Amino acid sequence: MGEGTARPDPGTATIGMWRDYLYTRSNPAGWTTENWFHRAGCRRYFTVERHTVSNAVRASHRPAAQARTTTDPEGLSAGTERGPDAGPG
Amino acid sequence: MQVLVDTMPMRLEVRRGERIDRRHTFGFTWNGDRYTAYAGDTIVSALAAAGERIFSRSFKLHRPRGLLTASYIDPGCMVQVGDEPNVRGAHRLVESGMTVRAQNAWPTLRFDVKSANQAVGRFLSAGFYYKTFMKPERLWPAYENVLQRFSAGGVVSESSTHGLYDKRYAHPDVIVAGGGPAGMAAAVAAAEAGAAVLLVEEEHELGGHLRWAGPDALDALEKLRAAVAATDGIETMTDSVVTGRYDDNWVAVLQRSLPHVKERLVKARAKTLVAAPGLIERPYVFEGNDTPGVILSTASRRLINMFAVKPGHRAVVFSANADGDAAAADLERAGVEIARLVDARKGEDIVRVSGGKGVRSVECNDGAKIKCDLVVTAVGWTAPTSLTNMSGDRPAYNPHAGRFFPSSLPDDVLVTGGIAGDGNLDQLLEHARAVGCEAARRSAHIGRRRRAAAPQSNSDEGREGPADSPVVIPELPIAGHPELFMGRTHGVVDYSEDVGSKDLVAAVKEGYDSIELAKRYTTATMGPAQGKLETVNAVAVVAAATGSTIEATGTTVWRPPFNPISLGALAGRIFEPVMFSPMQPWHEGRRAEPLVAGTWIRPDHYGDPAAEVRNVRTNVGLIDVTPLGKFDLRGPDVPKLLNQLYVNKWSKLGVGSVRYGVMCAEDGVVLDDGVTGRLEPDRYMMSTTSSGAAALWEWMENWLQTEHPEWRVRLTPMTSAYASINVAGPKSRELMRRVAEEIDLSPEEFPYMRVRTGRIAGVDGCFVWRIGFTGELGYEIHVPASYGLHVWTTLIELGADLNVQPFGVEAQRILRLEKGHMIVGQDTDGLTGAYGADVGWAVKLDKQDFAGKRELVWQSENDDYFRLVGLQPVDPSEIPPEASQIIEGTKQIAGRITSSRMSPTLGRSICLGFVAPHLGAPGTTVTVHLPDGRRIPATVMPQLAHFDPDGGRVRG
Repeated sequence: MGEGTARPDPGTATIGMWRDYLYTRSNPAGWTTENWFHRAGCRRYFTVERHTVSNAVRASHRPAAQARTTTDPEGLSAGTERGPDAGPG
Repeated sequence: MQVLVDTMPMRLEVRRGERIDRRHTFGFTWNGDRYTAYAGDTIVSALAAAGERIFSRSFKLHRPRGLLTASYIDPGCMVQVGDEPNVRGAHRLVESGMTVRAQNAWPTLRFDVKSANQAVGRFLSAGFYYKTFMKPERLWPAYENVLQRFSAGGVVSESSTHGLYDKRYAHPDVIVAGGGPAGMAAAVAAAEAGAAVLLVEEEHELGGHLRWAGPDALDALEKLRAAVAATDGIETMTDSVVTGRYDDNWVAVLQRSLPHVKERLVKARAKTLVAAPGLIERPYVFEGNDTPGVILSTASRRLINMFAVKPGHRAVVFSANADGDAAAADLERAGVEIARLVDARKGEDIVRVSGGKGVRSVECNDGAKIKCDLVVTAVGWTAPTSLTNMSGDRPAYNPHAGRFFPSSLPDDVLVTGGIAGDGNLDQLLEHARAVGCEAARRSAHIGRRRRAAAPQSNSDEGREGPADSPVVIPELPIAGHPELFMGRTHGVVDYSEDVGSKDLVAAVKEGYDSIELAKRYTTATMGPAQGKLETVNAVAVVAAATGSTIEATGTTVWRPPFNPISLGALAGRIFEPVMFSPMQPWHEGRRAEPLVAGTWIRPDHYGDPAAEVRNVRTNVGLIDVTPLGKFDLRGPDVPKLLNQLYVNKWSKLGVGSVRYGVMCAEDGVVLDDGVTGRLEPDRYMMSTTSSGAAALWEWMENWLQTEHPEWRVRLTPMTSAYASINVAGPKSRELMRRVAEEIDLSPEEFPYMRVRTGRIAGVDGCFVWRIGFTGELGYEIHVPASYGLHVWTTLIELGADLNVQPFGVEAQRILRLEKGHMIVGQDTDGLTGAYGADVGWAVKLDKQDFAGKRELVWQSENDDYFRLVGLQPVDPSEIPPEASQIIEGTKQIAGRITSSRMSPTLGRSICLGFVAPHLGAPGTTVTVHLPDGRRIPATVMPQLAHFDPDGGRVRG
């Protein structure tokens, strides 16, 4: 789903900030953090640190908001960060 | 027998290794004349055996072209077979009764009027099209017309039947691209080391150059083929080609010559890729080098040794290497008189070839002019570095060898064979075996690493094993070769695009002095051969013209596909489910016209949509709306989710109520709409558009997983778990009374926009909401899917006296258009915001947050958007086709028609459409531009609804 951007508070964000969130990406030739969705499998959203030149993946994480929460009754977010080559599973 | 010999005057005696089967002969036609071929002949080998030498006309100058390489890429051998254009005639095998015609020649191959282009050739120079056809702009359509007639290529028949194409997924450990000696040896070694190997060969059989290189080579070939056949773990695909290599060795293979399917696209994920594409012989640039009868040494050896065809009668051989000398020896043994062997290694050169439709003589640099009908050149090789290039490598030029080599490869790509070096056959095979073993070792290593990285494994199996040491790959010697690209005269560089060395020099003079620029300006390397024959010659010509070296000039980037892929193969067999509702057998019994709606097949109508509309307005109709997206939402935080997704408010929705809602994306564009009802305190049912259901599921998951994982919501897609039936019309309440139990249907107890659960036609667990997409009193019944057909037929039976009739999607579209209900995606597009879609009334900007809020705040302050309005053509019989433009003045676009139908209820045409802000006032007359060029007036209506704007009927 491409490079991740943090969602600003729509109550306080200027329209410029909002459009940066919608459209502006830094598109680096290097390490970037992307949002991924495993459509054909576990249907989980997660973030991946990927190198855009070599296509190497060095880590994947739960979405930031999941890490913030403490409520996790089914232990769905109990996974650990995974190293290179782990891929999206 | 005598007849056959007469029709194949150039056919040689039976030879060992020939791929033709003389026991089977076929008849086929070439430009209407009958010819005979042996089984195993290609179109061009059969025609060459018959003495034919011209197979096409060149792209731009319409010069006669013969065979050059006698292989798939042969640029002069593209022909039309039946209704299939652009067939590679030097590759395609003759089939009995085949109808073959020349392309790009009019009126005939021998007398081509467009060859007058040759006379004006100096005007068709580099960049000619860019320069000539730029201005004036108003003549572009005329230019296009002229250029199309001159363009190369065959004729696509509109009536041709679609072939059957297929797709397949494969997961080999090792893919070997190229089935010559190196590829075969590498495949055997990899398989013996335990790897699952996919061996892919472009031609019709394994063997590469061993097939035409003499008795010792044939002995070696027999052994190698036997080894491949005897080794477990090798899947061999011939007449197949690796067309591209993508990230992580995602490799596309196009497979041909399969029973029952025309082509199959194999999507293979390999752990390692071994590129063994062999070498492609390079043509020599000199005057007349495209005259029919000028061929490559490999073409000559293919014709003689694989097809037993004598390429000519009297030959001059221009040789810079041992293969050229071997070709001369082959020719001599085949009874071709060698007029002269011009030896490039001794400084001898050929200057020009004379002859129009065939070689008549050749002039050498010592002044000798030799009469002959065949010129064979052997000036060196190009390694097709495309697969390695697609793996991130930039090929590097080696002046000692006179060719490019891969320079740095990723760990999961290896090379062997001619792309890696030279040496004798033993050295080549030793190298290939080592590469095959190493490919298998790396595959095993990559597999272990992937398993180790996968989450939890109960056993130790899959843990990274002990490190093994890499296989030592012996150095393959690189043979010296003269750097020989262009002679003393100008000639053709790109045969497919008709680009000469003169054009490239001109391009450099005009400032296009980098190879990437000169390539695009002249279109050299951009034709059907895609650079395989011509890239290195183009680089050499540009290097010489810029006073630079080949190393410094570099080469162009090879991109997929390596060979053309038909669109049919790309489309292939679609692995998408085809979905039907449980009522489909009934619809088929009533001969419903099917409508493909996304993955669903739905009844479009049952014969007369207008009658279906009238029956809904006067009696009662049933429509199968099973494809409606349905989601079961449970948990205490569902209202928070609804408030986040919809632009309107949901906190106060009572149990038993439903509400219409609109969803926007974060950019304020309308995403979906539908109704959501509250069935129980903590249980809601959401409906979405049929086409939006899949995307909405992901959209909701995204909010729940990434932004608000703290919300306690359980989301379950229920679309196909319920069959859905809309019962609509003034008599729908009466019909519902006959099937509903546990539900009080009186208007007081079950009013508009309410939901009730209960038993329908004896089926428990149904829910019914009272809504009115059609604009009539209506009930939408959702029943457990397996009872859908039962409930449907019960409604039909019990409603016979009420004249209940089914209606299809078309009638529903008319009904909702009469009522002015928009359809997301039909009446909105990717730029339509909530205010423009006239659903601004639903947007509650005082909510703290919802998807798209910030953009909608901005939209509410900037009301210069096009807006959706009801429109009625002044002439009630005119129905402007959907997507007709609304214009102002002569050509200013000021809107468009999004929906239009003849209304059976009102007896006039009705529309929805977008208009510019200043045209939105009711009563405004706008101009609609019809596709046939006429312009008609239409009136903007006070509201979207053309019928019953006050909604008395739905609320009844």
